[in-house]
Amino acid sequence: MSRYFTEEHEWIDVDGDVATVGITDYAQEQLGDIVFAEVPASGTQLKKGGDAAVVESVKAASDVYAPVSGEVLEGNDALEGDPALVNSDPEGEGWFFKLTLSDPSELEGLMNAAAYKAFVDGL
Amino acid sequence: MHDDDDIPPIEILNLPLDAWHRAQGARMVEFAGYHMPIQYEGIMAEHEWTRTQAGLFDVSHMGQLMLSGDGAAAALETLVPGDISALRPGRMRYSLLLAEDGGILDDMMVTNTPMGLYLVVNGAVKHEDMGYLRSELPDEVTINYMEDRALLALQGPKAAEALARLIPRTAELYFMEADSFIWDEHPLWISRSGYTGEDGFEISVPADLAEHLAETLCKQPEVKPIGLGARDSLRLEAGLPLYGHDMNPEVNPVEAGAAFAISKRRREEGGFYGAENIVRDLMNGPARKLTGFSVEGRMPVREGAPIFAGQVQIGVMTSGGFAPSVGAPVAMGYIDSDHGETGTIFEAEVRGKRIAVTAAQMPFIPHNYHRRGKTQ
Repeated sequence: MSRYFTEEHEWIDVDGDVATVGITDYAQEQLGDIVFAEVPASGTQLKKGGDAAVVESVKAASDVYAPVSGEVLEGNDALEGDPALVNSDPEGEGWFFKLTLSDPSELEGLMNAAAYKAFVDGL
Repeated sequence: MHDDDDIPPIEILNLPLDAWHRAQGARMVEFAGYHMPIQYEGIMAEHEWTRTQAGLFDVSHMGQLMLSGDGAAAALETLVPGDISALRPGRMRYSLLLAEDGGILDDMMVTNTPMGLYLVVNGAVKHEDMGYLRSELPDEVTINYMEDRALLALQGPKAAEALARLIPRTAELYFMEADSFIWDEHPLWISRSGYTGEDGFEISVPADLAEHLAETLCKQPEVKPIGLGARDSLRLEAGLPLYGHDMNPEVNPVEAGAAFAISKRRREEGGFYGAENIVRDLMNGPARKLTGFSVEGRMPVREGAPIFAGQVQIGVMTSGGFAPSVGAPVAMGYIDSDHGETGTIFEAEVRGKRIAVTAAQMPFIPHNYHRRGKTQ
């Protein structure tokens, strides 16, 4: 399984043609206390770079973009009852959605963990 | 080619406590032309701390003005609907600066002090306020912009206990009373007031003493610094309107739910800008009214969300968000008055979805003020 990162501070775990997507620890730290998350319904077709989910902190609503294209397998229903999971375990239990990759070549432009760390350090 | 070079860059200014905030780990943002702390440890924790302990807020961006000279109170009364002439020494009043048509240019606190009428106005419009006051008030009234003073707010149920440890006599103040006090050989102007719904104080302090005072207050076990983020969620829950959002020049005090700020004598005598419209709205009811809403579910309904009764849009939200002490989202907005009854269910639209919202009494959580005459 490989983990990729985007400049929009999402992480993507890829296992075969299934990807799990969430926001990074850096992203949740920047957003602050998460009070609401809206995840896409299964069957939703997502296009790379398009709106996929919404995360709301006390301050504001932010979009989560689809880092790759594909069809949503499931959204993380646990976030409905406990949106603070995004703060407490952003890169684990606080995942947003899983999708079936429609174009695995889209992964090529994404960062690995070391590249993402360098990216965040430069912000 | 654009002539971008001709546009002078807007300089974001530093307030007296800038370095202190950063040393406390604050995340700074631009607000009202200044670098301001939005949060330290997190908005939810800071909100909860203020509701249960005491939070220290730096509100030095606000404008502190002193009006002095013969007839200052009577002159100011032409621009505000409150009874300023009847303010006794050391008493303060919430009031509204009115445009000629009665629209709200700002909301503010007015205190009768030995030095004159002390006004605290919103930071984002303070320069406009000063220009307006100067152009409207007679030359005999002097307007002093007290730029050399910082303003700190200490808010929460433990605020009185913490402040009394530094300055025992502050315990004698009740809600909306103010006086001068000596601390560390320096004079402070302290009022028992604030904008969180909690008991607390606002402290006007010389800028060069502000850091020492903030540091000393934060050494008290009840006190932590609190950022603008929690200030906004606290005032929203307390049902307190935010100028520029819930109030603007398009609405008058009755529409804005601030009829309480229109003193009885002023209603009867008029003599302030917009009096005709305002008194008519007081008697007949306004066409639209600032209304509080509880929100079904957990999705926050924020400023700008349209409000519907069936298919008809009847208003728009002007503030909204998650209310930590309520444990759910709340909002406030303007709706046409014929719809305004408490308990009526409407729908707000967020990202194309309709969410049930119910007209609710404000405040959303009870005020906890230390009022004179209240049983001890």
